[in-house]
Amino acid sequence: MHSSTLLIVLLGLMAIAYHFGRKRAISTAGGVARISTLHSLPAYYGLYAALWAGIPALLLMGLWTGFQNEILVAIVKSELPPTLLDGMSSGQIGLVVNDIKNLASGAIVSGAVTPEMQAAADRYIQLNQIARWAMWLAVLALAVGGMAYAWAKTTPTMRARNRVETIFMVILVVFSSIAILTTLGIVLSVLFESLRFFQSISPLDFFFGTLWSPQTALRADQVGASGAFGAVPLFTGTLMVSAIAMLVAVPIGLMSAIYLSEYAPRRVRSLAKPTLEVLAGVPTVVYGFFAALTVAPVIRDLGMAMGLNVASESALAAGLVMGIMIIPFVSSLSEDVINAVPQAMRDGSYALGATQSETIWRVIIPAALPGIVGGILLAVSRAIGETMIVVMAAGLAANLTANPLDSVTTVTVQIVTLLTGDQEFDSPKTMAAFALGLTLFVVTLTLNMIALQIVRKYREQYE
Amino acid sequence: MSNTRAAGAPPQRTIDIVNASLKRRYAKERRFRLIGLSAVVLGLLFVALLFADIIGKGYTAFQQTYIQMPITFDAAVIDPEGTRNPEILKAANYAALIRQAQREVFPEVSDRRATRALTSMISVGAPAHLRDMVMANPDLIGTTQEVWLLADDDIDMLVKGHIDRALPESERRVKDQTVGWVDRLESEGRIEKRFNTIFFTHGTSREPELAGIAGALMGTFYTLTLTLLFSFPIGVGAALYLEEFAPKNRWTDLIEVNINNLAAVPSVIFGLLGLAVFIAIFGVPRSTPLVAALVLSLMTLPIIIIASRAALKSVPPSIREAALGVGASPLQTQFHHVLPLAMPGMLTGAIIGMAHALGETAPLLMIGMIAFIVDIPSGFTSPATVLPVQIFLWADSPERAFVERTSAAIIVLLAFLILMNLTAVLLRRRFERRW
Repeated sequence: MHSSTLLIVLLGLMAIAYHFGRKRAISTAGGVARISTLHSLPAYYGLYAALWAGIPALLLMGLWTGFQNEILVAIVKSELPPTLLDGMSSGQIGLVVNDIKNLASGAIVSGAVTPEMQAAADRYIQLNQIARWAMWLAVLALAVGGMAYAWAKTTPTMRARNRVETIFMVILVVFSSIAILTTLGIVLSVLFESLRFFQSISPLDFFFGTLWSPQTALRADQVGASGAFGAVPLFTGTLMVSAIAMLVAVPIGLMSAIYLSEYAPRRVRSLAKPTLEVLAGVPTVVYGFFAALTVAPVIRDLGMAMGLNVASESALAAGLVMGIMIIPFVSSLSEDVINAVPQAMRDGSYALGATQSETIWRVIIPAALPGIVGGILLAVSRAIGETMIVVMAAGLAANLTANPLDSVTTVTVQIVTLLTGDQEFDSPKTMAAFALGLTLFVVTLTLNMIALQIVRKYREQYE
Repeated sequence: MSNTRAAGAPPQRTIDIVNASLKRRYAKERRFRLIGLSAVVLGLLFVALLFADIIGKGYTAFQQTYIQMPITFDAAVIDPEGTRNPEILKAANYAALIRQAQREVFPEVSDRRATRALTSMISVGAPAHLRDMVMANPDLIGTTQEVWLLADDDIDMLVKGHIDRALPESERRVKDQTVGWVDRLESEGRIEKRFNTIFFTHGTSREPELAGIAGALMGTFYTLTLTLLFSFPIGVGAALYLEEFAPKNRWTDLIEVNINNLAAVPSVIFGLLGLAVFIAIFGVPRSTPLVAALVLSLMTLPIIIIASRAALKSVPPSIREAALGVGASPLQTQFHHVLPLAMPGMLTGAIIGMAHALGETAPLLMIGMIAFIVDIPSGFTSPATVLPVQIFLWADSPERAFVERTSAAIIVLLAFLILMNLTAVLLRRRFERRW
C-alpha cells in the first residue's frame, strides 16, 4: 500500500468526479437540449467537481505524510518505560529512537536488543500500519466528500467557470511564488546553521584566521582536538583559481567575441559560435576529469622538465580548465554588448578614416565597456561558485600560498568534503560548511546584483 | 592660401602624415585581426582537444577481453549426489572448475604463487557466469565445453595495450610470467575482444571488468522524470502568471528579481538547501531520485520560466485580442489559444533545462547520491546514483581500467546531452512560426 498507489487512486477519483459533475450539470439543466440554460459549459461543472475531489484530499495527504512520522515517534517515545530513558541526554534518546526504527525496518541495530525495545519496535510497526490505513480512509473519504459537495452545489445558475478559474489563478500565483520560497529556503537554511556555527567559533576567527583544519577529535585528549576554522586559506585559494581562470577566459573570450562580431564572415560565424558554445554545455564533472587526468599530469611533466616542483593537484590545472569552461560565457556576453553598440558609431569612426581595429579600440570597446565589465563580473561569480573542477583537480590541503603550482583548496571544495561522508548533523564541521555556503552565497549574489545593474544601465543607454 | 604659410618651411600636408603612418596602421590592423582569429581558433582547439581526449581514452571500454577455457562441468564437483537440486547447483564451487581448466591449459604451472597468478587472470565474476550456465541448463554437467570467460581488468588492459610492456617488471602491474601466458593464449586464439555488454547491463562494482552504468542510467532516468514532472508544470504556470496576468507591483518585482538571481546561484548552494530543508526538515529519504529531483527541479525552474516567458512573448497580441473579442475569458484565451502556440518554445526550454539537470553533479554529492550502490534502482524512493556522480566516483578510483570506463561513461553522458540539444534545436526549427 504505497502512497503513490493512493495518488493514482486519487487521480482516478478525480476523473470519475469530472465525469459525474458534467453529467449532473446536464441533468439539472434538463437534458442536452436545454444545455444553454447552464451558466457555464458542462465541462466546467466537471472540472469543479474534480477539483473539489482532488485538492482537499491532496492537501490532507501531503500534511499527513509530512507529520505522520513525528507523531508516531512521539507516541512510541511516550510509551517507552521511563526507566529506559532515565538520565539520557536528548542525543541518546534520539539514538534509541533510531534503533527502534531500524529494528522495525529490519536493519542493523547499534546496541543489544532489549525486550523493551523489541516491544517498542513492534508497536511502531503496528502504529505505522494503522496510520497508513487511516490515511487511506481519510483521504478517500475527503475525496468522496468533496465530490458529494460539488454534486450538491451543482445547479444551472452556479457560476462554475468563474469558480474554476479562480482556483486556477490561485494555483498559478502559488507556482510563481515558489521562486521566492526557494530563495527564502536557501537564506534561512544557510543562515540558521551559520548562526549556530558562529556561536561556537567567533566570526573573527572564521573570516581572518589563517589556519584551516576542520578535523574534530574522536577523543578529548587527542592532538589538535579543537579543530581550526580560519577560512583565509580557502578564500585565497578560491581567488587564485578564479584569477587563473579569468586570465584564460577573458582574453580568449573577449578577442573571439570581437573577431566573431566584427570580422568573421557569416559562414565562419555560424559555425564557430555554436561550436564554442558546446564548451558551455559540457557538464562540469567532465571538465574535472579532464583537468585531473589530462591537464594536471601534463603540467606536472612540463614543470619537472623545467626543474620546477609542481604539486600533482595544482591550482594551475584547475584554473586553466575552469578558464576553458568560462570562455563561451565571456564571449557570448561580450558579443551581446558589442552588437548592441549602434552602427552609427562605427560608421562615424570609419568616416573619419579610422581602421577597423582603431574603431574597435577607440569607439566600440569604450562604448561597450560597462557591459563587458558586467559580463566579466558574472563570469567571476560563476568561477567562484564552480565546484566539480576544483573538487576533482584542486587539492584538499588548505595552503596559504601565492604559488599557482602549489596545491590549494577552495570554499566549494571544503563545502563538499565537509558534507559528504557520514557525520552527525550538528557537529561544528557540518555547520562550518553552511557558514562557507553563506559566504559564497552572499559574495556571488552581490557580484550578480552589481553585474546585472551595470548591464541594465548600459542597455538603457542605447535603447 | 598657400602663401599664408611661413616661407621656407617644407609643406607639411595632413595627407602626408596620414600616408606615412598608413603602413604601420595597416600592420597593426592585420596583427589585431590575427590575434582575434587565433583566439577563436584556440577556443575551437580546446573543444577538439576535450572531445579527442575523452573519446581517445574511452572508446576501448566498449570492448572487453574474454579468455576461452575448456571447462569440464565435473559432476563430482558440482553435484556429487546427482540430485540436480537447484540449491546444490547454486552453492557448488565453480571456481574449482576454472582452476581445473587452467591446469589443463597450462600443465607446466605447479608452484603455488604461479597458480595464484594464473587464477587471477580470470575475473572474479567468472564463476557466477558458469553457475548461471549450469542453472539454465543442468544437462551441461558431465560435459566439457569451450567457454569464453571474462578476463581480469589487468589482463584486459594488457591486451588493449594500455600497459606499457617496455617498463621494468617491478613497475608493471602485470608480471612477465603473466605476459608470457597472455601471449601464448593469444597465439592459440584463446583471447578475444567482444562488445562490452556488461558495461550497459550491470550496476557499479569494485571490479572494473564487472562495473557498468545500468544502475546510474536508471537512477538518472527516475531523477529526470520526476524533475520534469515537478518543474515543467510549475515553470509554465509561473511564466503564464508573470507574463500574462501579474499586476505590476512590488510582489511581482520581487519574484522577477528572485528568478534572475536563482539562475546565477552556485549549484552547491542548492545542495545545502536540499540537505537542510528536504532531508533534515521534511525527512525525504537520502540518496533517492526523489530528493535529487526536488533539488534539481528548483535549479531548472528559472531556466524553464525564462524560456516559457520568451515563448509567451513571441505569441502576437492579435491572437489574444481575437479570442477575447469572441467572448473567451482571460484564462480560456490563455489555455485554448496562447499556450498551444507557445508550447514548442516551452518544450524547448524544458529540454534545455533537463540537459542542465542531467549534467549536474555538485548538489547531488551533498544529498547522499555518492553512496556505493550496486543494485539497479527500482523506483523513485530506492537508493540510487546518477550518471555524472558515477563518473565522479569512478574518476577517483586508482585502477587504470576505471579511467577507460569513466571516459566511456562520459561519452554516454555527452551522447545523451547532444541528443537532447539536437531535439531542442529540431523542435525549434520544426515549430518556429514567424508572425
